[in-house]
Amino acid sequence: MTHQFPALSPEQKKALSDIAQRIVASGKGILAADESVGTMGNRLQRINVENTEENRRAFREILFSSDASINQSIGGVILFHETLYQKDSSGKPFPTLIKEKGIVVGIKLDKGTAPLAGTNGETTIQGLDGLAERCAQYKKDGVDFGKWRAVLKITSTTPSQLAIQENANTLARYASICQQHGLVPIVEPEILPDGDHDLQRCQYVTEKVLAAVYKALNDHHVYLEGTLLKPNMVTAGHSCPKKYTPQDVAVATITTLLRTVPAAVPGICFLSGGQSEEEASVNLNAMNQSPLPKPWKLTFSYGRALQASALAAWVGKSENKKAAQEAFRKRAQINSLACRGQYIVSGKTDTAATQSLFTASYTY
Amino acid sequence: MTHQYLALTAEQKKELSDIALRIVAPGKGILAADESVGHMAKRLNQIGVENTEENRRLYRQILFSADSRVKKCIGGVIFFHETMYQKADDGTPFVQMIKDKGIVVGIKVDKGVVPLAGTDGETTTQGLDGLSERCAQYKKDGADFAKWRCVLKISDNTPSALAIMENANVLARYASICQQNGIVPIVEPEILPDGDHDLKRCQYVTEKVLAAVYKALSDHHVYLEGTLLKPNMVTPGHSCPTKYSPEEIAMATVTALRRTVPPAVPGVTFLSGGQSEEEASINLNAINTCPLMRPWALTFSYGRALQASALNAWRGQSDNANAATEEFVKRAEVNGLAALGKYEGSGDDSGAAGQSLYVANHAY
Repeated sequence: MTHQFPALSPEQKKALSDIAQRIVASGKGILAADESVGTMGNRLQRINVENTEENRRAFREILFSSDASINQSIGGVILFHETLYQKDSSGKPFPTLIKEKGIVVGIKLDKGTAPLAGTNGETTIQGLDGLAERCAQYKKDGVDFGKWRAVLKITSTTPSQLAIQENANTLARYASICQQHGLVPIVEPEILPDGDHDLQRCQYVTEKVLAAVYKALNDHHVYLEGTLLKPNMVTAGHSCPKKYTPQDVAVATITTLLRTVPAAVPGICFLSGGQSEEEASVNLNAMNQSPLPKPWKLTFSYGRALQASALAAWVGKSENKKAAQEAFRKRAQINSLACRGQYIVSGKTDTAATQSLFTASYTY
Repeated sequence: MTHQYLALTAEQKKELSDIALRIVAPGKGILAADESVGHMAKRLNQIGVENTEENRRLYRQILFSADSRVKKCIGGVIFFHETMYQKADDGTPFVQMIKDKGIVVGIKVDKGVVPLAGTDGETTTQGLDGLSERCAQYKKDGADFAKWRCVLKISDNTPSALAIMENANVLARYASICQQNGIVPIVEPEILPDGDHDLKRCQYVTEKVLAAVYKALSDHHVYLEGTLLKPNMVTPGHSCPTKYSPEEIAMATVTALRRTVPPAVPGVTFLSGGQSEEEASINLNAINTCPLMRPWALTFSYGRALQASALNAWRGQSDNANAATEEFVKRAEVNGLAALGKYEGSGDDSGAAGQSLYVANHAY
């Protein structure tokens, strides 16, 4: 392994690093609007709206035609393939609409899960075939970052060594290919919150998974300064009987990241998983208020947690456009405050609670 | 891998973490006085002194009699086995002399290199047999940290994948055993400066080696907050025709560490390798003024670079003892300043002039 064959020139590195920094600039996070057709179907069904291409276009238009000041809270938007080529009512392509607000355009690049035979229902992710050519085309069409979601789950026997290693490897291959085409890869190794495991278990698994991911990225010569990480927060499983505070989540999450994510990574944009809009904001806020060191930006890459209220306000009616936009703007602004630890959660003063839990970090 | 089997209790973790933080407290570093009998022979030979146990004792006494000025710049001293059980002229055990100054006592625990058959002259390090019992005894006898040195070299076809993997693994086993016995392991994967390779090559190899080391530490469930790293600085090979400034060395070194050493590691204590006393101090200072964000303490663990002048001043004459001790204290204070980025150099204006020479890190 002794000789280096540079994967990227200094100019390529600078371009990637600049894009990554812009996405996670202070107070900014990512709107994950890359729901596939099927997933959008689930969302629309809940508000009794038919899952047509026009309805999907109409809802995304509501989000992307928000006032330009949304760029104070949103640094990047992840699109699904179909959406990249859709236009607003005046005929303006969505990527143009987004970019003219100074927001970076991203694209979901994976092609979904595929089973790993011989495991307990575990999966890997497909999408590497022809990925280089797809990246090159997306770059021409206005995209500057990519997203690829790997999925792991916690049970009595999972995640297995194979699942961890295989998903880490495909993430690293994807990241390497993206960078070759000027796209910043967002690396997403999601560990699902399903299950009754406690916070410690999630922390342990997350540490092992992230250690494997960063070893794979190193093996594949990926330029860390030109990547972003999109992990799960460290939380208890959905059906865990024990309840934890946002400060517990913050300490467990940051401790995990400190043990595994090199400081060279510019930003960590959490996925919201099954969290409600408010939960996702409160947890992010607790992290940014934590006295633990944070050498990377800690921000959001939220889908449901940014759009739920907007969807509910819209319910498919064009006359509700303003109300839906306002709901989205509010959530974006709250998350922007949360990235700076400035979100004042209505009701209680959390400072005392935050302080007293710091010494608990030794148990992690 | 899904379930955690706690390697350490919360109390054990706290103890290890506290020890590590004391050693690398701001402005403090380590005196590596753990030269084996064979190594001491070389040092004493150079000043015309016979390599007897008494002479080795007299020499270490010179270092350990330093006055309270060393309290603020020396956080730890690494001993060789023989020295742990020696005493000063007045009968005070060396271990106690060091501890009375509030300095942490450490012990070299490896048993030297052995060849890796089938490689191009590469080695691993032995010393795991009975290591647990030895650690328990050293802990009773006053040691709170240990050191284990692995060696890799850069040549046309080294370090090989086997050498990297094997040395990383043996370092992780050593670290795990130390922690079980309340001893903070200093992990030392030295990449020798021998050769004509340039700065970039050393950086590339260092990144690969450190990534492997931290993956191994994760696999072996080592508690990173209770460890220290003792790496080489990233430098060109000794016979490299290109010359580099301290700022370039600093940038390459800090970049490599940011890409591989998790922020949870409390401190990085550089080895001085073949550097002169002044070179080692200037480079450490440049590292501490480097514009990149540095989440760990960056300090020294110097042998020759702290003792060369003292040895020369002593030359085996008891009349020279005080002058020799003074030389050591001077060097210790200089390195204490360098660890804070406050060393202005020995005359030339490397301070201000140096700043402007930092090249943007995209070139690394």
